[in-house]
Amino acid sequence: MRAARNALRIGRVELLLYFRDHSAFFFTLIFPLMLMLLFGSMWGNSPFEGEAFGFIDFSVSAFMAMVIATSGIMVLTTNIAAYRERGILRRFRASPASPVAVLLGEVIAVFAVTIAGVVLLLLAAIVLWGVRFWGSLPEFLAAFLLCSISLAGLGFIPASLARTARGGLVAANLLYFPMLFLSGAAVPFRMLPPFLKGFAQALPLTHAVRLMQGVWLGGSLLDYPLELAVLVAVMLAGLLVACLFFRWE
Amino acid sequence: MEETRVLAVEDVSKSYGRIDALCGISFWVEKGEIFGLVGPNGAGKTTTIEIIAGLRSPDSGSVSLLGLDPQRDEDRLRHHVGIQQQESELPERIRIREAMQLFSSFYGSTVDWRALLERMGLSDRLDSFFGELSGGQKRRLFISMALLSDPEVILLDELTSGLDPQGRRMLWDLVRDMRDSGKTVLLTTHYMDEAEHLCDRVGIIDRGRLAALGTPAALVAGMPGGTRVTVTPGRSLTNDVLDQLRGIEGVTGARLERDALVVGITSGRVLVDLVGLMSGLGLDLEDFDVERPTLEDVFLSVTGRELRD
Repeated sequence: MRAARNALRIGRVELLLYFRDHSAFFFTLIFPLMLMLLFGSMWGNSPFEGEAFGFIDFSVSAFMAMVIATSGIMVLTTNIAAYRERGILRRFRASPASPVAVLLGEVIAVFAVTIAGVVLLLLAAIVLWGVRFWGSLPEFLAAFLLCSISLAGLGFIPASLARTARGGLVAANLLYFPMLFLSGAAVPFRMLPPFLKGFAQALPLTHAVRLMQGVWLGGSLLDYPLELAVLVAVMLAGLLVACLFFRWE
Repeated sequence: MEETRVLAVEDVSKSYGRIDALCGISFWVEKGEIFGLVGPNGAGKTTTIEIIAGLRSPDSGSVSLLGLDPQRDEDRLRHHVGIQQQESELPERIRIREAMQLFSSFYGSTVDWRALLERMGLSDRLDSFFGELSGGQKRRLFISMALLSDPEVILLDELTSGLDPQGRRMLWDLVRDMRDSGKTVLLTTHYMDEAEHLCDRVGIIDRGRLAALGTPAALVAGMPGGTRVTVTPGRSLTNDVLDQLRGIEGVTGARLERDALVVGITSGRVLVDLVGLMSGLGLDLEDFDVERPTLEDVFLSVTGRELRD
């Protein structure tokens, strides 16, 4: 209970710090929006041939997955690695806030940013293209939550293993950028050449995108057993690595 | 006697892989004193303080702090023990006000953090970012944080390293204030003068071992050779004169180093006889100099080497 209160307090301050960090702000809130506006202005949202939905209907949930990945991998990993290197985790550890509260606070802040980014995308898609939603809201929220936790778990792998802030940043970049462009999050999946599509199957974000898109367009969670399994496995792997290897300094 | 003992460290050892950081350290700290662990970097001071704070576990040996075991009762001790760590930081862009509010909120009850910052000379920096503070200001901020819960025991790791003389003296005054308000302070330093001027008792630590323990005055008094008197006599001296000097009670030795006469004495009381004899012999006493050994000399004598920085 006390840990939860402390986590909220830390999360609130971390959120403030996030808005003071212009690069994190840009990559989570502005960059996905820019990409959606760019592709949206090229292709509009008129229905594809033989389909009820157009490009934005199809892609808005993919851009949401991009926000989730940016927060979970880039922001979380680089923050934690930098906090460790600079001795900020040390300082928190010497206070009555439990170590778990510190990490939880970080996750809360990152999750709040994700929600803000998703709402921003949604508003733009509604206002500019009258985007439509075919799925069930509880199922979509569940998919959104699972993807957020799973990708944050993925972010905890480099965050736990990196020895330096620079190492954390490099690892986060190596995970993030290939996933971003190959998973269908930033660039529509169908535009990829076949050999990259095969490679993309190995990326957790590909599965997150597919799940979010499927549920958005009216599918049920249970139509995506492979995606669910991969995301749950990634989540557990992240948890395991964090429990085994996470270091405070 | 036992109840005045705030901290007891008994035969604590710790190694990191193959490196033995601590090899069986024992000491205790009494309530209301300033105890200093002195030694070069890498001697094991930080490891000791982190074990006492419960941030690390000892491989063997035991620690009792306020009657509690720092490993088992870490949560409870957090409220009674404040710590200023070496090499700890806050996020660059957190404001001082926000940091103090956040860390205050972790404790059930706290002293007024504004008053604390006022005393630390930081009340005009409330809206500054942490990254904008000078080294000394950061140090004072962390000390304020260590004092937030009004702790009975304060652990200060390398309190003044890297600060200018003015900043160091300001912190010394703050530490004395802490003691005078009834708190117990355990600090580490690699500055011998700091230990000598600030600490009621010191433990000299080197390569993970406690080489000497006592009040600075007692450690210095226990130095072989004791106080040195130097004078340039202004004329050549015969062995006969040296023998006369050696004959005075309390003189441990007399010799010539170039044109200087160096006499070792056991205490200041010997000076009366010494000066009497010297002026009787017509020696020029213009540059008469008395040099007491310092902790630095004690360190050299107990460890057999110079204090490296």
